[in-house]
Amino acid sequence: MRLFSDSIGRKIVMAVTGLIMVLFVVGHLLGNLSIFNGPDGINAYAEKLHQLAPLVWGTRIVVGLSVVLHAVLAVQITLENSAANPTRYAVQRSLKATFSGKTMIWTGLILGAFIVYHLLQFTLRVTPGLVRGQDSLGRFDVFGMVVQQFRIVPIAAIYVVGMIALFLHLKHGIQSTLQTLGWSNETLLPRWGVLGKTLAGILLVGFGAIPLLILAGIAGN
Amino acid sequence: MSAHASEHGTMNLKLIVWRQAGPNEPGRFETYDAKGITPHHSFLEMLDVVNEDLIKQGKEPIVFDHDCREGICGACSAVVNGVPHGGYKRTTLCQLHMRKFKDGDAIYLEPWRARAFPIIKDLMVDRGALDRLIQAAGWTSAHTGGVPDGNSTPIPKRAADYAMDAAECIGCGACVAACPNGAAMLFAGAKVSQLAELPQGQVEAPERVAAMVQAMAENGFGNCSNHYECEAACPKGIDVKFIARLNREFRKALVLDKVGALKKSAKAE
Repeated sequence: MRLFSDSIGRKIVMAVTGLIMVLFVVGHLLGNLSIFNGPDGINAYAEKLHQLAPLVWGTRIVVGLSVVLHAVLAVQITLENSAANPTRYAVQRSLKATFSGKTMIWTGLILGAFIVYHLLQFTLRVTPGLVRGQDSLGRFDVFGMVVQQFRIVPIAAIYVVGMIALFLHLKHGIQSTLQTLGWSNETLLPRWGVLGKTLAGILLVGFGAIPLLILAGIAGN
Repeated sequence: MSAHASEHGTMNLKLIVWRQAGPNEPGRFETYDAKGITPHHSFLEMLDVVNEDLIKQGKEPIVFDHDCREGICGACSAVVNGVPHGGYKRTTLCQLHMRKFKDGDAIYLEPWRARAFPIIKDLMVDRGALDRLIQAAGWTSAHTGGVPDGNSTPIPKRAADYAMDAAECIGCGACVAACPNGAAMLFAGAKVSQLAELPQGQVEAPERVAAMVQAMAENGFGNCSNHYECEAACPKGIDVKFIARLNREFRKALVLDKVGALKKSAKAE
């Protein structure tokens, strides 16, 4: 029995890495919301965070590995599944399968591309036109950088699309993770469905609000 | 009186049926008229009427699987308008009645589609892959011989009910046909859960789940992505909680395997 090659073994890896990423995005959102406190909020948060180098690097390594494993297995499993069901029905009708469930690979690929862009932009800070300054206290000006970027319509749009992909992915993914880990039965599964949709909705509103409110001029002034 | 009259009125339907002469022959859809169908006809009786008509015309009748025609054997199998068995709750194709259709309806009929189920002819597919899963892992090693005394193995009512719910599977393969991934997890989950719940099956539970997962891969079934189409299409209402149980049993067996406590081959005996 092998964790990385048996059908259910790989599902467990998908579930555990998915869960790690969900925990990460929840923490990431809580941190990011400090942008609504102005430069003193997010610049101070960023400085504090980077003083905790082992935490930052530990998270980067664990989440990074999770992303890679999750993506590689997802592509492999999706290809296997289409090979196991090569002929589609002439009439397509689903009784239970959802749009978000059937588009997991696509929302996943969108998120993969989004993560690459997001890291180039705000972690490596190498995307064109990015303003890298310091605030009045000599800290790196995360606030100024983010506000300047999100006032550009196409960039704000990329973030909104990325967050819609995240919403759809987690709407199916969270309940799917708990089912895969076996923490499910006829009573729990509907509750996991509600939990997943709620959490995915909170993440969509929370993350989506940042570019939208900055673009609208409500936040970031 | 008019309601009564329409109850006994006949209807004419259009069938668009997948016709395929043999396993490696190219298939195509053919359109047939089903005339004079009453609401009391079962779906298979409707096909009998159409086939009699085809035979009279000197044409090849539509091949379809059927046996008990009372919803308990699992032989009947066709995808009606995109859903195995037609998509009515806990209803096999033979128990689907024509009262569910209206005069003039067009009905698409397709065979179960999955790599593990090659088409034999028209709507008939080879479901031997499910038998091979049972051969690989759907059994317990038990002494045969004299009939044991009743209640010699005490089984709690809760466990008996749970195992019975899983054992309701009739092995029709609708779960595989409905699965976007051609997976057999509901079938395998029901069998693994049924046997793991009972004292007779608990002994070999870890070896069984290992052999079952391996046999699914060897027989061309796909992987589960938790769409739950299987549960919705299942004519016996097998719950996806049995897939969660299968996942739990796998996890337990994986741990035993890692610590070297799992017998290497469940198929050896």
